[in-house]
Amino acid sequence: MPERIGIVAVAQTKYHPNRAEVKEGEMAYEAIKQVLQETGLKYVNDGSGIDAAVTCSQDFWDGRTISSLNVASFVGTHFRCEEKVASDGINAVFYAMMHILSGEHDTLIVTTHCKESQTSPSIIENHSFEPVLMRGLGLDFLGAAALQANRYMNKYKITPEQCAKVVVKNRGNAKNNPYAQAPMSLTVKDVLNSRMLADPIHELDAKPVSDGACVMIMAREEKAKKLCKNPVWITGVSNCYEAHYLGDRDLADCKALTKAAKQAYKMAGINNPLQEIDVAEISEKYSYEELLWLEGLGLCERGGGGKMIDSGATKMDGKLPVNPSGGCLSGNPTEVAGMTRVVEAVLQLRGEAGSRQVPDAKVALAHGTTGICGQLQTVMILSNS
Amino acid sequence: MANRVAIVGVGRSTQAARRPEVNDAEMINEAVRAALEDAQIDIKKVQAVLTNSIDGFDNFYLGDCLLVDGSGAYMKSGMKLHTGGTVGSTGAIAAFNMVASGMFDIVLTIGHQKQERGNSMGTLCAAAPGEVREYVQGAIGAFAQAAVEYMQNTDAKLEHAAMVRLKADKNACRNPYAHLRLGLKSIEDVAKSPILIWPLRLLDFCPQSCGAAALIVASEKVAKKISKKPVWVADHETVHELQSEVVFGGAEEKSQQIAARHIYKRNGITNPAKDIDCFEVYEPSSWEEMYLYEHFFITEHNTGWKLIEKGMTELEGPIPVNPSGGVLATNAIGATAMLRIGEAALQIRGDAGEHQCTKDIKTTLSSGLGGTNWTTLVLLKRSL
Repeated sequence: MPERIGIVAVAQTKYHPNRAEVKEGEMAYEAIKQVLQETGLKYVNDGSGIDAAVTCSQDFWDGRTISSLNVASFVGTHFRCEEKVASDGINAVFYAMMHILSGEHDTLIVTTHCKESQTSPSIIENHSFEPVLMRGLGLDFLGAAALQANRYMNKYKITPEQCAKVVVKNRGNAKNNPYAQAPMSLTVKDVLNSRMLADPIHELDAKPVSDGACVMIMAREEKAKKLCKNPVWITGVSNCYEAHYLGDRDLADCKALTKAAKQAYKMAGINNPLQEIDVAEISEKYSYEELLWLEGLGLCERGGGGKMIDSGATKMDGKLPVNPSGGCLSGNPTEVAGMTRVVEAVLQLRGEAGSRQVPDAKVALAHGTTGICGQLQTVMILSNS
Repeated sequence: MANRVAIVGVGRSTQAARRPEVNDAEMINEAVRAALEDAQIDIKKVQAVLTNSIDGFDNFYLGDCLLVDGSGAYMKSGMKLHTGGTVGSTGAIAAFNMVASGMFDIVLTIGHQKQERGNSMGTLCAAAPGEVREYVQGAIGAFAQAAVEYMQNTDAKLEHAAMVRLKADKNACRNPYAHLRLGLKSIEDVAKSPILIWPLRLLDFCPQSCGAAALIVASEKVAKKISKKPVWVADHETVHELQSEVVFGGAEEKSQQIAARHIYKRNGITNPAKDIDCFEVYEPSSWEEMYLYEHFFITEHNTGWKLIEKGMTELEGPIPVNPSGGVLATNAIGATAMLRIGEAALQIRGDAGEHQCTKDIKTTLSSGLGGTNWTTLVLLKRSL
């Protein structure tokens, strides 16, 4: 990268199962006002404040054509520049980084919001399937995930107990995160006894319906250093698309994630990710995903996800704490989830993660994904030095 | 921009009211293949793909993921940008930014829309917040209101709008990628078309089309190596505007003038009518084109109608505007603003074919329009 881009302020709402009492913009502003107050920056055109906005939301979830209109007045875009990324929030961070590197603007506000509670997630997710051959099957993300879970667990002999351990760990970690929606003290038995949603995914194996928003301010190196004492730098990032038709893929594999991870590591100069990364925040909307994504990220060998959770390596006191925040399983809205991972990584690297802090974290990995069975995978490496 | 960026490939699909013979992936693939062929590169050389459209018209959630087979994004980087009617230009600008950032050398960006499946006006009305949506009249009403205002403030008559429409059709008939090629002979032919909302006739307003556009955007190093005629991105500007009730006319300066002032100032443009050789503007109605002549300072306030009356903006004229036939002839919304940029690039290269402007085109300005009166501008040049 020609120049480093820094994240100078982050904020998030508390994630909640139903925020019917606020509109999308009001909800996002709960987080937005925090970064404005923290930095003292204003929406001005003289180069002394926030120059432009990159937003991230989806028309389908907002039930509104041009969903960025829901937050426009809160990100200062009247007679100014705003661009909306319609993908997982981590891609908005990726794009905002390139927007700054391009020289167009120096300081950006990046925001994402979603209220899953106002609609039927199943119907919206069904609209992401190809309409002629696949949509009529009635698939949603859960149904597709169940197919993937079966294939993955069968191929690599991953047990339901190993998947359940991810839930126990993450919901437990969430107890240390004041923003988490659903912290819980669980046992493997609790998870396996919860209602079956789509075999082998139980209710507690899946992320709950969630509303929330998060936001950050990003700036080019020189400005970032002036704006904040401890900016966090993006040192590597990449993303990659898989095939769309499930029949075109081996669902036990995650080629796109492997490619994205390799490119992000290369850019960040990471040779041995397990040794060099201190904390990882991974988008696991279903419990098996954390194990599969760990493999795709090269943090364990293929098929080794089960052994890794068994070994305790991903616990808070393990070799590589994964999802100290509690992860998506503890409640993050679709498309917000990936940016929440970045926000949590930033808090870790700034030493501001409170009781979920990983001691002396210097390098963090944030992972986001969207689409059916992780079709678009994004990996970001962040560092505080 | 931190690094120089060029357009090295332009692709267009067939544009029509209905494309039942192809699905969305096949339709965008027409534009992608055309752009790759134009750039004379293989899809393997492309590092990232942006697939951009408006969700509601497609009825796709995560259309970028859904269309990887047609876009060529399989095992490549990419994402989806989604603003409003400006989305095609936002997708292009995002590709410019991605290349200018130094992160990518070759980016493919696609604007697409199939409008045959749904109700375009319903989707447009859904841009209003839920609680006032039932009072919203959609785009036709807003542009009819602007047209009435234009007539009140100037000496423009219905005939002037018809002249704009006639010009659009004349140009579209020379563009094989235009959707409506009607062969209109006179302003009487336009006058015969039925009224939508007075004073807008059916022919005064953009059609609903199905189609795609694609651009290959490359870094300076790559562009110089692979392209004989790279078209350089001199500058771009995005200005949004917040309105609770959308007004496209009005006496006060709006996003169009602000965006134009910014880009002209940065590029030393003092007399746009002379300094810019050709314009490709986003004109949803024939009246809006006359507004845009004024908003982009091609002519003085309230004198836009005189330009069309004098034939100044014809393809053979001194200030050609929309030699492609513009939005009045072709409007697959997600592709529309990207087509303005692609068509301008072809004019600079001299590769526009039958609708190539008579004069030599070295500098162009392309505009996008969307949202609550948002404006994007892209300034292209043959050499920087």
